[in-house]
Parts: sequence; structure tokens; C-alpha cells
Amino acid sequence: MTLNQNLSTVESGLKSELRKKGIVIATLEDFYNWGRRSSIWPLQFGLACCAIEMIATACARYDLARFGAELFRASPRQADLMIISGTVTKKMAPQVVRLYNQMPEPKYVITMGACSIAGGPFIDGTNVLKGIDRYIPVDVHLPGCPPRPEALLWGITELQRKIDGQEIEKNEWYQRGLKREFPIPEFGPKGLIPKFNPDVWRPETASRRRERYGDPILLGKKTAAPKFETFGDPNVKVGTV
Amino acid sequence: MSPPVLEKTFQASDPVLQDTETFEVNLGPQHPSTHGVFRMNVKLEGETIVSLKPVMGYLHRNHEQIAENMSYLGSMPYTDRLDYFNSMSNNFGYALAVERLAKIDVPERAQYVRVIMAELTRLVNHVSVIGFLLNDLGAFFTPVLYAFREREKILDVFEEVAGSRMMCNYLRFGGVKRDLTPAVTERIKKIVRGFPKFLDEFEGLLTRNEILCIRCQKVGVLPYDLAVNAGITGPMARASGVNYDLRKVDRYSIYDRFKFKIPLGKIGDVYDRYLVRILEMRESLKILEQALKEIPAGPVMNPKFAALAKAPRNFKPPKGEAYGRVEAPKGELGFYLVSDGTAQPWRYHVRAPSLINLTVLEDLCLGHKVADAVIILGSIDIVLGELDH
Ligand code: SF4
Repeated sequence: MTLNQNLSTVESGLKSELRKKGIVIATLEDFYNWGRRSSIWPLQFGLACCAIEMIATACARYDLARFGAELFRASPRQADLMIISGTVTKKMAPQVVRLYNQMPEPKYVITMGACSIAGGPFIDGTNVLKGIDRYIPVDVHLPGCPPRPEALLWGITELQRKIDGQEIEKNEWYQRGLKREFPIPEFGPKGLIPKFNPDVWRPETASRRRERYGDPILLGKKTAAPKFETFGDPNVKVGTV
Repeated sequence: MSPPVLEKTFQASDPVLQDTETFEVNLGPQHPSTHGVFRMNVKLEGETIVSLKPVMGYLHRNHEQIAENMSYLGSMPYTDRLDYFNSMSNNFGYALAVERLAKIDVPERAQYVRVIMAELTRLVNHVSVIGFLLNDLGAFFTPVLYAFREREKILDVFEEVAGSRMMCNYLRFGGVKRDLTPAVTERIKKIVRGFPKFLDEFEGLLTRNEILCIRCQKVGVLPYDLAVNAGITGPMARASGVNYDLRKVDRYSIYDRFKFKIPLGKIGDVYDRYLVRILEMRESLKILEQALKEIPAGPVMNPKFAALAKAPRNFKPPKGEAYGRVEAPKGELGFYLVSDGTAQPWRYHVRAPSLINLTVLEDLCLGHKVADAVIILGSIDIVLGELDH
């Protein structure tokens, strides 16, 4: 992520001179971005364990309100930021994308926790989506299981830095007539269709998973039921120890 | 039929109102009141619920299947993620099951540490649940702020003993991972001393609150018979007067050494469930006090199994089956294990209290308004990680 710097064209001497008189000069961009970064409204939307830490961040001790992001909205139409806090299962993924589509531009996404980044501890689960970034663009990834509230605060400030670097001329949501719709996956017989959105994510050409994490856990391999010798023996009670 | 006149007040028997259609509303999976990704399909007649269908599976994470392909110790962190409010009680249940399976003894001090942690978890859970229940009632976020203030204090203890705030992964087969240092013991004592004051404050704000009383009393009544027949456990059953608490019934671990009472409700409505939870916290504090006083010195780990963490695949319990259950804050949490003598369980089953307590949701909600369904769901106290596991 490269951040563009907002350089003011007004020379700094004049600026400070004006500031003494109570006049602040900023570019329109600065002004827009300042407004956006200081009132990020997250979507009130918890998925799994990480949601509890998200709530803890909003509560008194960590106090998300210091960063202007305390106003959790229950409706996606009023939200700017989607904190995907927890495991996204294949059943839930279409709803997540749909919610994302319903949010007004500009919108941002923070994935919170290992699960929403790449499946996390449940990566071997057949029903678990291996990263929500296959369907929607993600701005900040927050690793951890669960990330501490401080980490979420860091994520929010990182997002604010990103917002600071937006340029009116280049960013797509400042352009006229923008309509972005991300295709909503459907639940097919063998998982989600399509498997990913090629505009935002492409698989690595060679899977390095085995090299990184070792052999996967073999799911679905079943052996025959164990035979207990104790079943026929009246002296031994099974299951009561 | 003449069109309705504005000045007229309608009676339920009015033909105009007789003509209404049932209306289907979908609550969730993204809904602030559903405590996660849970969906209810509600059919409404006016505002009255005539049918309710819960839809689950939005957080199904193949918990059991993953555990069946793992070493026994490897599933311990996964049990944290079942009911993510009370990772310690989940660990407790699982450790009990494996200890029964492999006949492992637990040293005295470790037993006490376990009980202390389990009771602290109960405080965390009940206090948060009451906060969220009030959230559903419309007191948006203020009670949660109070609740989480206390929760953070307890989480600090967990972090100090286990290294993690929420996902503790603290219990091991044959003991616990780390000993309590004197500093932690002091800190727990301080929390136990300060908690009744907080409870008084909390109750002073809530228990006699008029809105809370009106919204909760006689709402979602769960009769005694239904509670027994449906296998409801935990505070929900006790609010209906079912005297069933595994700490007394099963006497697992060392619970028979402590003096405490089981609070029981009379009516079984939402208000009773709220009260039972508050009283249970007070009883938990009694257990904590006794445990902190009596806790002996000594090892916290069975030395035979201390090296297990280094090579979890070497742990192969004998063939057989075992069921370990604890009184988790939500109800009876059971782990059923079948071993075929290899390093991973042949069958691993979780009896999740959230799932079984939820089965009566429709019976509780019928005839109530939509707004009541939300608080009834809140009072059942589900956690989706456990419900869908
Ligand atoms: S990353 Fe960990 S804590 Fe977060 S949802 Fe996944 S399992 Fe739960």
C-alpha cells in the first residue's frame, strides 16, 4: 500500500501567517478526507468470536470513540466501514458480499482475525471460506486469533492514514456515475460459485500451502468403529470411570 | 364491509381486523439483536407471532470433524472457540472427558485453580449476557459498558495466567498449564471483594427498573414440564424451577467441598432468568471465596503428563468411551469421546447447551409480539460458535 501525500500548494509561511489570524487553509481534498476519517461509522455486524473483542473495543476501556468510529450502525446503508469479525462460512459469504454491496460509497473493509483473512484455525473445515478477500476488496488485514482491542485500534488508525491519502481526481468513488457491484456467490453443490472474484483476488499459481503449513489435516477419512473388549464383560462398566 | 372510520377504536373481533394477512419477517443473519449470525423466520399476525423458524448453520465450522483428525491435546484450543465467552469452562469439560477416558489424576491445587477459573468465567458470562439482554430491551449499550468494565478486570486475570484474553487454552490433561502466582491470587481476591459492590450497583439500576419489569415479567414463560422434557439445562431451566445443577448433581471435580446454593425461579419468564443469573453470580462469589481460602500449595500438573505438550501425538488413551460434562454458564456442556486406541479420537461429540436450549424458542415466542421475541432470544443466552459448532 503506497500512501499519497497531500502536499499543499500554499506556501507554509503564508499559511502560518494566516493561521495567526484564525484562518486555516486546506485543500479541498484535505477537507474531504478529514471529514471522512473523523467519522467512520462501522457496520454493527459480528460474525464469531472476534466480534466480542470488537465490542470490547467499543466499550469504556479501549474507547473506539476517541477515533471517531464508535457509532455502530445496524443498517449497511448508513455504514462506511465493515469490520468482518470472525469466521466467514460458505453459507454466510453471500450475505457478507450482499451487505457490502448495500453499503454506500466510499466504503472500507477491515478483516479482523485469522479466520476472515484466510480461514484461520478452521482452515481445514470444509465449510469455511478461506479468506473473504476472494470476494470483496479489503483495506486492512488484522491478524490475530482474536486480535486484541489495541490491534483493532491500530487497524482503524491505519485506515485513517489510508483515507488521508485519497485524491479526489483519482479515487473512483469521487467520480460521477460510479456503480460498483460485486458479484454475489451462490451456494452450489460443491461450495460457492464462483470460487473467487477475479477482479479482487487470484490464486497463487503454485500452491505453497503445503510448504508453509505442512500436510493438511485429512478430513473425512474414517476408520471402522472400534470394538471394545469391555462390551461383553459384565464386570467392566463402559463409560463410567 | 364499510371502510374503517378513523374515530373508531378497533377490537380484535372486528371484521376489519379479521381480514389481515399473515406477514413473514426475516430477522437476521445480520441483525443487531440476534447475537451473531442467527436467523429467525417469523410469521406475524399483526404484531403477534404465529410461527417462528430458527435457521442455523451460518457459523458451522466443522468443529467435530476437525477434532476427529487431531491429537487429543490439539483440540483443546478449538474448544475455546465453541462458546467464546467462557473458554475456561469449555476447556474444563473437555479436560474432564479426556481424563475420564485415560484415567488421569489431577493434583489438588490444579483442581482448585480449575474451579476458580470456571467460576470467574461464569461471572464474565452472566454479566455480559445481562448487558446484552438490556441491549435488546433498548437500553442501547449503557449496561454493556458497565458489564464490560467488570469483564475486563477478569480478563486481565486470564491474560496473566494463560497469556490470552479470550482464548485461554489454559487447562491440560492432568492439571493446568501454569501455576497461579501470588500476585494473580491477590488480584482475584480483589475482584471477588469488589464484585458484590458492582452487583449491587447493577441491580440498583436494573432489578426494580419499571421498564425492565414490564417488558420482562410474564414474557416467554417456560413451564417446568417443558423445560424438563426438552432437556433444557443451566440458568434457563433453573429459572423455571428445575433444581438441576451439575455442580450439585454430578459433583465433578471438587464441587462437593463448597457450600453454595442453587437459585431457583418460580415462573420461568425472562425476568426470572435475569434474576437467577444475578443470584448465581453471588453464589459463584461464595465458591470463589471458599476456594481462594482453601487452595493448597503443591504442583498443578500431573508429572506423568507434563511432557504431553511436547509430543501430543504420543498420547494414546486406551480403547473406550467417556462423557465429561460440566455446568457451563449456559447449561450442561458435555464432550463425548470414543477412542480406538490411536492418537486421535474416533468420535468427538459436543453436547452444546446453546443448541438444546434454543429448541424451545418457538414455544416461548408464540403469542408474543416481535419485540418480545428479541428479548426472549437474549434471555436464552445463545452463542453461535457453540450452537453451530
Ligand atoms: S480468528 Fe480466532 S477468534 Fe477470530 S473468529 Fe476466527 S477462531 Fe474466532
